[in-house]
Amino acid sequence: MSDSLPPQGGHVHTPLHHVTPISTYLTVFAALAIGTLLTWYASTLDLGMMNTPIALLIAVIKATLVILFFMHVLHSTRLTWVVLIAAFLWLGVLFVLTFSDYLTRAWPIY
Amino acid sequence: MSDLAFEHGEEHPPHPFLQHHFEDLGQQHEASTLGMWAFLCTEILFFGGVLLAYWVYRIMYPAAWALGAEQQNTLAGGTNTLVLIVSSLTMALAVRSAQLNNRRGTVLMLILTLIFGTMFLGIKSYEYHAHWMEGLFPGAHWHWQPKDPAISALTPKVQLFMVFYWGLTGLHALHMVIGVGLLLYILARAWRGDFHAEYYAPVEVMGLYWHFVDIVWIFLFPFLYLIPHVGAHHVG
Amino acid sequence: MTTTTLHDVRFIEPAKTRNYLNEDYGFFSWVLTRDHKRIAILYLISVTIMFMVGGFFAMMMRLELLTPEGDLLTSDTYNKFFTLHGIVMIFFFLIPSIPAVLGNFILPLQLGAKDLAFPRINLLSWYLYIIGASFGTYVIISGGVDTGWTFYTPFSTQYSNTHVFATTLGAFIVGFSSILTGLNFIVTTHRMRAPGLTWFRLPLNVWALYATSIVMLLATPVLGITLIMLMIERVLHVGIFDPALGGDPLLYQHMFWFYSHPAVYIMILPAMGVASDVIAAFTRKRIFGYKFVAFSSLAIAFLGFLVWAHHMFVAGISVYSAMIFAFLSFFVAVPSAIKVFNWTATMYRASVSWQTPMLYAMGFIGLFTIGGVTGLFLASLGLDVHVTDTYFVVAHFHYVMVGGAVMAYMAGLHYWWPKITGRMYPEWWARLAALLIFVGFNLTFFPQFILGYLGMPRRYHAYAPEFQVLNVLSTAGASVLAVGYALPLVYLLLSLKLGRPAGPNPWGAVGLEWTTSSPPPKENFHETPVVTWEAYDYRGMMKAMGETQNV
Repeated sequence: MSDSLPPQGGHVHTPLHHVTPISTYLTVFAALAIGTLLTWYASTLDLGMMNTPIALLIAVIKATLVILFFMHVLHSTRLTWVVLIAAFLWLGVLFVLTFSDYLTRAWPIY
Repeated sequence: MSDLAFEHGEEHPPHPFLQHHFEDLGQQHEASTLGMWAFLCTEILFFGGVLLAYWVYRIMYPAAWALGAEQQNTLAGGTNTLVLIVSSLTMALAVRSAQLNNRRGTVLMLILTLIFGTMFLGIKSYEYHAHWMEGLFPGAHWHWQPKDPAISALTPKVQLFMVFYWGLTGLHALHMVIGVGLLLYILARAWRGDFHAEYYAPVEVMGLYWHFVDIVWIFLFPFLYLIPHVGAHHVG
Repeated sequence: MTTTTLHDVRFIEPAKTRNYLNEDYGFFSWVLTRDHKRIAILYLISVTIMFMVGGFFAMMMRLELLTPEGDLLTSDTYNKFFTLHGIVMIFFFLIPSIPAVLGNFILPLQLGAKDLAFPRINLLSWYLYIIGASFGTYVIISGGVDTGWTFYTPFSTQYSNTHVFATTLGAFIVGFSSILTGLNFIVTTHRMRAPGLTWFRLPLNVWALYATSIVMLLATPVLGITLIMLMIERVLHVGIFDPALGGDPLLYQHMFWFYSHPAVYIMILPAMGVASDVIAAFTRKRIFGYKFVAFSSLAIAFLGFLVWAHHMFVAGISVYSAMIFAFLSFFVAVPSAIKVFNWTATMYRASVSWQTPMLYAMGFIGLFTIGGVTGLFLASLGLDVHVTDTYFVVAHFHYVMVGGAVMAYMAGLHYWWPKITGRMYPEWWARLAALLIFVGFNLTFFPQFILGYLGMPRRYHAYAPEFQVLNVLSTAGASVLAVGYALPLVYLLLSLKLGRPAGPNPWGAVGLEWTTSSPPPKENFHETPVVTWEAYDYRGMMKAMGETQNV
């Protein structure tokens, strides 16, 4: 690319952060596309109770790939990890404690 | 988050995009990305709240949920998933080009991202239009009924499903529209040559937002289009 | 300490120094400012107005409750007044009060930063607050809302014919103001600390504001989405929370309290931060067990999310779930108690100076403790069934929110007033107001514990005659409280003209905010400070003072 000269002529610009190789991006992209097809294919099968967990599992794997590679979390500071984990921890609290009500309402009272 | 007005530091001219209250571009970059991550935390809980309600009712009314998902155009939804994944790839490559001082590459990849983002919204509007015509919009306009009159009791619950369908995809589409607007702004700046290896935080932050919106759709696709019939298979 | 270099400007009139107040003049230099100090002043004015509005509703309710009959307000008007009192005080006063006013002003100063990380977002958050407050004001003028501040469904979505939509929209918008403030604080605390200012050198106020920001960032969006669902249901008449159409009203309560219980910690955590700073300054000691107090803020921020369904014990949730929530609720008491014990231990054998901020801080500790302990009563399943929806609950949360959060807000406002304005408030009047507020508060709300325990239900404009004596006491207390709150409004405003110049450090306190001039210059510090001392290093400061002070 001829246009790669920095606009602030004179300064040497080095990347602040890790630069991911294109091959990694393409591999992740392929995995995401395959995951999409897989989740559609799995939904056409009758797997009984397993349909929903499988769909969820594929979605979680896809999301993890996007987060780790496209969003550069793999090469980010520990703080980024903490922030991200906190968000999912809080989401987990919201779900687990709410369902602690819904899933035990039908239990008998002694 | 660019701030052209800076008042101090006449000693040696600071970088034109360094805001006055930061020491250097590194600090500014770290602040911007952390700010976006913190915002995404908020977003996770924002979508998380409505997904919680979705799951409560999905567990309560599995048959209605499956029937609702059957009304969706899986081909359109699947295509849109792929479209968004491609746009995420081009977005990631735009950030990479900015990291490597490649102005032309950044501009090209941002344009592609913009095209795929708009394509997603186009397909989504096509789906919305179809739902509207079929009477699948909740509220006064609702006139959809299941083909099999034996399960017409499910109709209010299917309407509840469609509330979540419109709500979740609508919220997601709103994020896409905002994303497209931000992309235009970032594109203009990239065109002008603002970004380079030391200063590309706006592209990076844009990317984080865009990928997040992609992740939301990765979950919405199976949640809204691919719900299995539990127990009573092939009903309706 | 750099106090020596600042001594020479000690008694200069604030107007004669270059500072953030006289850097720029004119209306637009304020409403378009990106200076965190000016935005704090904008917030100060806004929340004070809202406090007066909320106070008006409170006063009208207390007047109505002077007699058992409903003779001043109709039941409909009373419903609207308690609703508006709650909405205005919680969403438009308490939540932004300490973080957005005092935090906005003090946090960058305590960090040695020139501003918050995102000055424009900071201004945006004030505008969002104003837009939200405009919706609130519109609702008040156009006839009110009667759902209670909790907007419980299906009443709010299907039955109430008041302005539910505009109110919830206002609350939704003001929620984003709060999210943006929290976001700004978190990034600023991580990325903008002065050189040498490590986490364990931070004042406890910063820790508290950081913990508060976590709660703002992670709880508020859930309220936002819940209110959106409520608005959708109200407009489209679909049954998201309507049992007649397949919805579950309890889901609304779960989601509402997932925000609104932690919202109490948005109010009380920064109050604890202010109390820590004030107690250290007026006992001339490092806070006992600094690290415990610091981490207990984070512990409260997390544990506060695990207890929300204790607001729903009688609403019909699963008994098993209720037992879990009751059990978890007791855990929040642990970090709160750690703080109270450590503040007390700090004061042990210290030479305490009883200036106004310290009086308020003492009031805070006592009243918050009562509020917290009665919270434990309410978190106990069996007792809660007895006192749910009685005045016991009303008294409990007023002890936490008014006795706790507002007392600390007043402490902080007086403590940092010289820094904000460059002038001292009149000490005698301020002590009188602190005394009136303390006495008036207890007279107002202590009888309500008894009333509630005896069975007087909340949210009614009439009551059984045998409750009248205690209600009259409560109303009398409210009048004293009103005078107590009106006094600072007068003397603080007057002090802007008449107060004596404060100098950079009128309290002889430690902390970066006291090393710059009062009021601070626009860029906060003339040069970026380098921190080489621990938090609350009063021992080191005393030594330095002994060498230089000659006043």
